[in-house]
Amino acid sequence: MAMLEVKNINVHFGVIHALKDVSFTVNEGEIVTLIGANGAGKTTTLRTISGLKKPTSGSILLEGKDITNSSARERVSMGISHVPEGRHVFPDMTVLENLQLGAYLRKDKQGIARDLKMVYERFPVLEERKKQAAGTLSGGEQQMLAIGRALMSRPRLLFLDEPSLGLAPLLVQEIFDIIKNINNEGTTILLVEQNASMALKIANRAYVMETGSIVLSGTGAELMRSDEIRKAYLGG
Amino acid sequence: MEQFLQQVINGISLGSIYALIALGYTMVYGIIKLINFAHCDVYMIGAYVGYFCMRNFNMGFLPSLLMAMVVCTTVGVLIEKIAYKPLRNATRIAALITAIGVSLFLEYGTMFFVKATVRTYPPMTGFMAKSFKVGNTVITMQQVIIAAVTVILMVLLQFIVKKTRIGKAMRAVSQDKDAAELMGINVDATISFTFAIGSALAGAAGILVGVYYNSINPLMGILPGLKAFVAAVFGGIGLIPGAMIGGYIIGATEVFVAGYGRSMYKDAVVFAILILILLVKPSGLLGRDKKEKV
Ligand SMILES: Nc1ncnc2c1ncn2[C@@H]1O[C@H](COP(=O)(O)OP(=O)(O)OP(=O)(O)O)[C@@H](O)[C@H]1O
Ligand SMILES: [Mg+2]
Repeated sequence: MAMLEVKNINVHFGVIHALKDVSFTVNEGEIVTLIGANGAGKTTTLRTISGLKKPTSGSILLEGKDITNSSARERVSMGISHVPEGRHVFPDMTVLENLQLGAYLRKDKQGIARDLKMVYERFPVLEERKKQAAGTLSGGEQQMLAIGRALMSRPRLLFLDEPSLGLAPLLVQEIFDIIKNINNEGTTILLVEQNASMALKIANRAYVMETGSIVLSGTGAELMRSDEIRKAYLGG
Repeated sequence: MEQFLQQVINGISLGSIYALIALGYTMVYGIIKLINFAHCDVYMIGAYVGYFCMRNFNMGFLPSLLMAMVVCTTVGVLIEKIAYKPLRNATRIAALITAIGVSLFLEYGTMFFVKATVRTYPPMTGFMAKSFKVGNTVITMQQVIIAAVTVILMVLLQFIVKKTRIGKAMRAVSQDKDAAELMGINVDATISFTFAIGSALAGAAGILVGVYYNSINPLMGILPGLKAFVAAVFGGIGLIPGAMIGGYIIGATEVFVAGYGRSMYKDAVVFAILILILLVKPSGLLGRDKKEKV
């Protein structure tokens, strides 16, 4: 059984039909990437699966369980965690408070302390800045905080929406290494990226979106070789 | 000098009232970006609850205070659930107009039940009627109580907002609703809780005013509400410490203008201050001019 199964999701914003019969699956342990041009519907797809946006039709299954009508809160407690596009850290709270909010639904104090240590090990800069207001961090640091915060809920399924956006090339590489690493440690990942070549390199499988529909799918390696993809997303 | 000290004491009393009301405006604005015009009427209802408790049920000050806070909490939460929640995704102007409607409804609804006549709180007796002199400055027990209740409530509020789980949720929701939801925070419950706290503080302000100035009426909330709102903007709307400081500055200003024989201008001065701060520092005394980070 797939870890996540999205079946014929349709989403509207007023008269705008943003997602049209979108279906795809993510299996346990995979990195799946969703690529596509601006406005294709990638963010909307993630927001719908994590419960921020209600679909007009279709269903979402998490390990076979229908979660289409569950609240975002319930989905977090079921193991979904979402690093939103643009990071969305809480700007006036400290780095530490941001991380603690990531564990908002957890009650196991010791487990939280352990995971906090784990996040600090992964992102040493966050420990150095733990008393600093998150809004004063650099873009790259905010991205690390957003990822660290998402890890604090102990997700089994992690959504990352354009984690490399606006980062310097060196940092982009670092972020992708971190994603790979998180995945190696057992977290399934659904990654949305504009940086298609990087995403395809680390992904097991990929889906290509165009104006609200999924138009192509395959393994990362397959899509890297596809002429269509090279022309459209990889710059020749 | 004595005159000055006396004005300071009076200013603290009035400022406490404005600060308590301003907190409700600022917290609600902070969390849903709505100027809750009905907030000043929750304060008025607090004054009436206190009045009935003390006059009709012979309750003491403290139980009446608690009662006023409890009733106002309920009223505040009901207003949010019935009037504002359905408009969560509507335009801000729609919510604003609704708020004005709720305000008028509460004012004239109350008038229907209690009549438009001015009512007077029962005279304070015993402990509550005491006063003492420091040098030549007279401090009444009522003033002490106003200041004490206000300080206790503010400390409590700071504790809730800074240290408790629900307080962290309030701050998270006010800073980023979507992100808060992604943390698993129940955004609706958090917003209700914010209304509850703000309304409880307004209820406390209502009964304190009744005890201090004695007379109350169904439209008593309008002007203090406006000034408390000015206080919130002055301090930086959405910021809790801003509302506290703003409340005291506006209260003290008003008392000083009146105390030095310019009673006629006291309201004008308050609004002049508003215009000034909006010109000089639109984000308010403690506000930061926000820079967007991409
Ligand atoms: N809140 C909204 N209200 C109205 N339309 C929206 C809203 N959010 C998204 N849309 C529309 O839905 C479509 C898909 O947007 P979405 O943000 O999902 O695209 P995307 O693939 O993430 O693009 P990008 O790569 O630029 O982030 C767009 O046409 C967009 O204008
Ligand atoms: Mg997007």
